[in-house]
Amino acid sequence: MLDAILGGLRLVATLDLRLWEIVALSLAVSLSAVVFATLLGLPLGAAIAVGRFRGRQAVIVVLNALMGLPPVVVGLFVYLLLSRAGPLGELGLLFTPPAMVIAQTILIVPIIAALARQAVEDAWREYEEQLRSLGVQGLRGALTVLWDIRFSLLTAVLAGLGRASAEVGAVMIVGGNIDGVTRVMTTTIALETSKGDLPLALGLGMVLIAIVLALNAAAQMIRDAAQRRYG
Amino acid sequence: MNGILPLRLERVSFAAGGRTIIEPLDLTLEAGASTVILGANGAGKSVLMRLMHGLLAPSTGRVAWSTEGPRRRQAMVFQRPVMLRRSALANVVYALDAAGVPVGQQLRLAREALQEVGLAYAAGRPARVLSGGEQQRLALARAWALHPEVLFLDEPTANLDPGATREIEAVIKAFDVAGTKIVMSTHSLGQARRLGDEVIFLHQGRVAERAPIDRFFPQPASPEAAAFVKGELPWA
Repeated sequence: MLDAILGGLRLVATLDLRLWEIVALSLAVSLSAVVFATLLGLPLGAAIAVGRFRGRQAVIVVLNALMGLPPVVVGLFVYLLLSRAGPLGELGLLFTPPAMVIAQTILIVPIIAALARQAVEDAWREYEEQLRSLGVQGLRGALTVLWDIRFSLLTAVLAGLGRASAEVGAVMIVGGNIDGVTRVMTTTIALETSKGDLPLALGLGMVLIAIVLALNAAAQMIRDAAQRRYG
Repeated sequence: MNGILPLRLERVSFAAGGRTIIEPLDLTLEAGASTVILGANGAGKSVLMRLMHGLLAPSTGRVAWSTEGPRRRQAMVFQRPVMLRRSALANVVYALDAAGVPVGQQLRLAREALQEVGLAYAAGRPARVLSGGEQQRLALARAWALHPEVLFLDEPTANLDPGATREIEAVIKAFDVAGTKIVMSTHSLGQARRLGDEVIFLHQGRVAERAPIDRFFPQPASPEAAAFVKGELPWA
């Protein structure tokens, strides 16, 4: 056990090429997914928060429920979509990093949208009268609030990133865990552990946790600085 | 110039959650004289102003300005102003932009408005870290920049200390001098006297009395107003 931990540390410390390729691909996939999911999720959440339409409550319930979407189910859905016989089969994306980005994006859009919806709705209660008095409503009002609480929304984005970088099921199914092509941290950990190569699995585990910690610490610092600066 | 005044409220009432807040009332507000809406807490002052400003839709009756599209020619300052997380100057620019003022004029008008309320020194500071009095003056600058014909003020100094209150009142006077019709709610009789020309006294959602200010205070005609004036000024 101790040997495995030391082995893992050695891989991290010696900048083992195989390990860092896997780390780099993981980050590229999850960060891309977060960018797309943020671009989709924030406006979606804000629109639901500010909009007044029939079935709004039902939409919110469904959105909140989708936060708990099982990654393997999303993986299966995207697999069917991209498989050769599927509607998007011609694109030839299955078992490539773009397929993994698509799956993770679908997985975390509901998380970012639902958390943004809550944050914007709370802020909207404070802003609505003032903005309507200034003649601002609808889309413009939603965008104003979204921009004004942008630092609080970091939490929503981070929750999405945490989910994306931690999940195994979706990237395993649509990526196929192909060595050097679609192998990411979580799928490698799962595979190496079952093979008994604990040092690599542990090394990756340490890197994964360190990255998540560093990102959260950075976000916390940005929020605090913004709070001091803008009130 | 075709003004948006007079403002006519015809059989306007407002109810929410099964409770009647404003009983059906008729009111006409003319240009010129500053109108102070007086009344105890819960008398319906804020709701009445929101009905006039168009933030609330009346349950019955109608609120009619003399010309269409009055939104840009009236402004409202709330008891607690909401500032955006950007500089004081940018908050005024935002209001100008929302009102459709051409981009080329926004900065100049915003700076003039800050100058007018004595906030030029704070133009670059984030609006949310200004003091309560400064934020309320910024809210007034936001209104000033729009040169509204009518300015609604909902207890604008309720949360402020005497010094800040004096500054706010000076700005409100400047609006009056510049020709803006002032419609202000307050429960401070002193403030009503300092700023008002006429009083609309609300009691439990009804207009109990409407009178010129120098008639209202010495001899209120309605028993409700008499009790209010006496209660607020126990030494009188």
